[in-house]
Amino acid sequence: MDGGESADLAASTAEHVDLAAEYESSGVAEVLRELDEELIGLAPVKQRIRETAALLLVDRARRSLGLTQDTPTLHMSFTGNPGTGKTTVALKMAGLLHRLGYVRKGHLVSVTRDDLVGQYIGHTAPKTKEVLKKAMGGVLFIDEAYYLYKPDNERDYGQEAIEILLQVMENNRDDLVVIMAGYADRMDKFFTANPGFRSRIAHHIDFPDYSDAELEWIAGSMLAERNYVLDKGASAALADYISLRRNQPHFANARSIRNALDRARLRQANRLFEAGGGPLDATALSTITEADIRPSRVFSGGLVIDRPAAEGT
Amino acid sequence: MRITQGCFSFLPDLTDDQITAQVEYMLSRDWAVGIEFTDDPHPRNTYWEMFGHPMFDLKDAKGVMMELEECRKAHGESYIRLVGFDATRGFETVMMSFIVNRPPEEPRLHMQRTDVAGRSQTYAWDAR
Repeated sequence: MDGGESADLAASTAEHVDLAAEYESSGVAEVLRELDEELIGLAPVKQRIRETAALLLVDRARRSLGLTQDTPTLHMSFTGNPGTGKTTVALKMAGLLHRLGYVRKGHLVSVTRDDLVGQYIGHTAPKTKEVLKKAMGGVLFIDEAYYLYKPDNERDYGQEAIEILLQVMENNRDDLVVIMAGYADRMDKFFTANPGFRSRIAHHIDFPDYSDAELEWIAGSMLAERNYVLDKGASAALADYISLRRNQPHFANARSIRNALDRARLRQANRLFEAGGGPLDATALSTITEADIRPSRVFSGGLVIDRPAAEGT
Repeated sequence: MRITQGCFSFLPDLTDDQITAQVEYMLSRDWAVGIEFTDDPHPRNTYWEMFGHPMFDLKDAKGVMMELEECRKAHGESYIRLVGFDATRGFETVMMSFIVNRPPEEPRLHMQRTDVAGRSQTYAWDAR
């Protein structure tokens, strides 16, 4: 380092950065608070996001003092089972990165294989580029990213999309952040087959399954949002439902619960209607009882089409 | 001869930063941005060739700039312009267009005067 530079460094270190004030004024605090309040459970995810936010905040402070210049790698991978909140967290992450000034617009473009990979030769590149252009200045969320790579079919066009993605992830680090999501085991295989991705993705965040208690809590908040309540019998039935549903095929955590509640609302409406439709008060209209939950097929061993498979025919 | 048509054509050529700012403006008005090129800058040549698809639903100018970069690679010797198209009912037209690339050697607009019946004359322009 020559004399000029060290003088610069000395001059710049004389300035101060108040991290706590920065934390509040940048709006990061607000996003993290929202994350805490709106998302139930997911403690390790929240911890990782808090750490990432701290890192970025410090990095930004360092940059404002001229200690660093290059953009950190921000591409992420979210692994976890379906319905564990990956998309929701990605949306929050886009907000967070926008507040911190790492993406200019802060929108989230959510895509799957179909949006990136074409059906015939020469179709894939324009399609992928189209999506990338839309995602510029924001976050590109690739759901079920492992589908991009199909090793059993060497003529698959997914490889072309992967190459374009890798190139943009490297060259346009200032312009967009890519988040890839999918099941943990399949994503591992995907990254092993495409080492380029592993090295370009800095943050791997693992989403755990929700516990039964957390799912009940989630159900409660979903219902509260729509002004429904569960009576005592229904709460017990829901608890049974959750523990049974977990062991049946196609369990998708919070998404399964949302679907179950939608069906319970359907049965409740039907019940009220068939009971004669006499004068009903708000309580009757918004209470879900045990009778609305117990008829679920989950209590009789799941969907008919799934049963023979489960018995191992 | 320096061709002047569209916005800003009496100004010095826009830099990429200035183009980015203009594209941001177009996107802020929800206009679709298209890239067009031609080797014939005649004022009557209204319809230039489109490079790729018009870009709807973009949020950031970077997407357009990437496409423009591609177009410059492919047609660096041509005129290239950006057009902002407003799809709102009642407008449905190009709201702004400006030249972002010129050939190194620009053609001359030449006026041809022709004698026709009687002593009348007709005039025509061509680029050569």
